[in-house]
Amino acid sequence: MSSQPRRRKLEVEDIGDVTVVNFVDRKILDEQNIQLIGEQLFSLVDEAGRRKLLLNFGNVEYLSSAALAKLITLNKKLHQAGGRLILCNISDQIYEVFEITRLNKLFNIHREEQEALQAF
Amino acid sequence: MTKAAGKTDSPGADVPEYTVEHWIPSEPGRARPIHEEVERALRANHFTDRDIFGVKLALEEALVNAIAHGNGRDPNKRVRVAYRVTPERFDVLVADEGPGFDPDGVPDCTAPENLERPCGRGVMLMRHYMNAVRFNASGNTVFMTRLRNSGR
Repeated sequence: MSSQPRRRKLEVEDIGDVTVVNFVDRKILDEQNIQLIGEQLFSLVDEAGRRKLLLNFGNVEYLSSAALAKLITLNKKLHQAGGRLILCNISDQIYEVFEITRLNKLFNIHREEQEALQAF
Repeated sequence: MTKAAGKTDSPGADVPEYTVEHWIPSEPGRARPIHEEVERALRANHFTDRDIFGVKLALEEALVNAIAHGNGRDPNKRVRVAYRVTPERFDVLVADEGPGFDPDGVPDCTAPENLERPCGRGVMLMRHYMNAVRFNASGNTVFMTRLRNSGR
């Protein structure tokens, strides 16, 4: 069984009390990547205690339902901890995936990072 | 030339002759080379970026369903992927070794009470981006088609 080294999947930057996350991979598509991305996102909440998370999708070209499932879990986790999750900079093509699955109604989505930062 | 997936359970079903076939173990990451190969073939046949986005998404959904749900991530079970690319269309078959499922029996994941639950988003995305999605009777094989520049 092939194993992938546990590479960093997220670029994390704190702006005030908001943690801004960019994705290293352009294609958040395959399950192996998504597992690692999920673990690294959850650990920001569980271990690093972050409560305001802004995910910037500017680098993202593909997004699958497995990735959506991780985002749903992250959203729940943050809400349960009294925190907030906002998504921003989503391309039209990726936004369509949220629309088809009606998850654009669940998530707080903003066009631009600046505007999203104000929304916390 | 690889003959198509034996008989389907739909009489008269139009099953193309696939030209490429892979058998992969049910492990994450093993489908990556197939994605790359499919994308190269689609580009060589002048499929649009939109076509390629849709095909890759639908294919990944089908593969994850086969690996994770159909085969229960058992590395001893394999997933069969067979496809054909022409300048007009992309046809693919994804089959697992599991007992199958009822694709019409998954809960509606867009219903407000289900939005946060894991459910059939993969099948929904496959149906949105492909021109045709059909399952065999047991549900362990899916056949999908994308027409080039179909505008979906």
